[in-house]
Amino acid sequence: MIEFEGVGHRYGERMVLSGVDLRLPERRVAFVGANGSGKSTLARMINGLVRPTTGRVLVDGLDPSHDGPAVRRRVGFVFTNPDSQIVMPTAGEDVAFSLRRSGLSRRERAQRAAEVLAEHGLDGYADHPAHQLSGGQKQLLALCAMLVLEPEVLVCDEPTTLLDLRNKRRFVDLLGTLKQQVVLVTHDLDLLGGFDRVLVLHAGRVVADDEPEPALRRYRELAG
Amino acid sequence: MTAGGWYEPGSTPLHRMPAGWKFLALLGLAAAVFVLRAPAWLAGVCAAVVLGYVVARVSPRRCRQLLGTLGVIVASVFAIQWWLLGPGPALVVCLRMVAALAAANLFTITTRVDDVVSAVERGLRPLRRLGARPDRIGLLVGLTLQSVAVLSTIATDVREAAKARDAHRSITAFVVPFLVRTLRHADELGEALAARGEGDR
Repeated sequence: MIEFEGVGHRYGERMVLSGVDLRLPERRVAFVGANGSGKSTLARMINGLVRPTTGRVLVDGLDPSHDGPAVRRRVGFVFTNPDSQIVMPTAGEDVAFSLRRSGLSRRERAQRAAEVLAEHGLDGYADHPAHQLSGGQKQLLALCAMLVLEPEVLVCDEPTTLLDLRNKRRFVDLLGTLKQQVVLVTHDLDLLGGFDRVLVLHAGRVVADDEPEPALRRYRELAG
Repeated sequence: MTAGGWYEPGSTPLHRMPAGWKFLALLGLAAAVFVLRAPAWLAGVCAAVVLGYVVARVSPRRCRQLLGTLGVIVASVFAIQWWLLGPGPALVVCLRMVAALAAANLFTITTRVDDVVSAVERGLRPLRRLGARPDRIGLLVGLTLQSVAVLSTIATDVREAAKARDAHRSITAFVVPFLVRTLRHADELGEALAARGEGDR
């Protein structure tokens, strides 16, 4: 379970988060908010990419600020721009890269990578140059590179922002089928139907915490 | 798309040759080419490299691609060298270039980056006693190769954006956004590597 206890964060003088107290046991949680509302910062705290300046974060009782490696083994993270997440030239190599410390042999890693790609709509793309995939396929690849590690939690920071409508739907539908707990940061409000809980952030605070419909109504009011 | 010069899957002897030995062979060939002076010998090396293309069954498309790039470079270098040093030395310099560049390209086509990275890691393992981190150096090699593709994509994007604003002759209109996007890419890549557990050990 993910817990935030009195979490606040400032970048220099600017306060980007304050007084966030949350327990997130639900399987599908979304963070929604305007640009600069603090939602990405909050999401990055879950795997220790950003450390809170006040309060603490716990993932299954572990604090990412102290037990970063242990938390990152539990928490996978998908970013907005797939181009920055792909570190190897072909799709198969990129997924296999995630497994480099798994103790598996090279052959086993390649095989496991091909399996994960096949399970998520990229069958036959293992030897394909990663940068020549379409935007939607690249984001699927970034997802596969995380799923191959079998994390318990998957945090996705606006993963659909650069995708067209069809690929957005496909991506979110795929998220719906995963066994992992999913924390999705997004602007694509119409994709949140299947979510258990939606948190609306505004100026660094949680201003709504509800089921999708009432939470999104509040968000639309805030947007004016 | 810009990343045209990558690995092409295959099962020929050149594809199956271990990456480390292939890399040493490439280094050896490059060194030999710079020691040799006789055009006949150099032509022989070029012929051997061409034979390598045949053995590796490189697709005609990739060969045309190479000929296009190599043709432009070799023609301009040949012209300059002829003007400065005369036809004999110009021929030697160009034969050296053709042999080395074509062989390097053949290496890229027949070798997975993942294999190169593993070979580097294995080759540097004895240096671990001196405090070196072979896995880090291997990753560095992989990311360096990968960055070539990323940077050329950014350059194309930036050039197009400048053209759209009719600023394609301005140097700042290229350099500033290119640097900004490159630095942002570096930040994002660092975050993505951290999220994948790189640096956790």
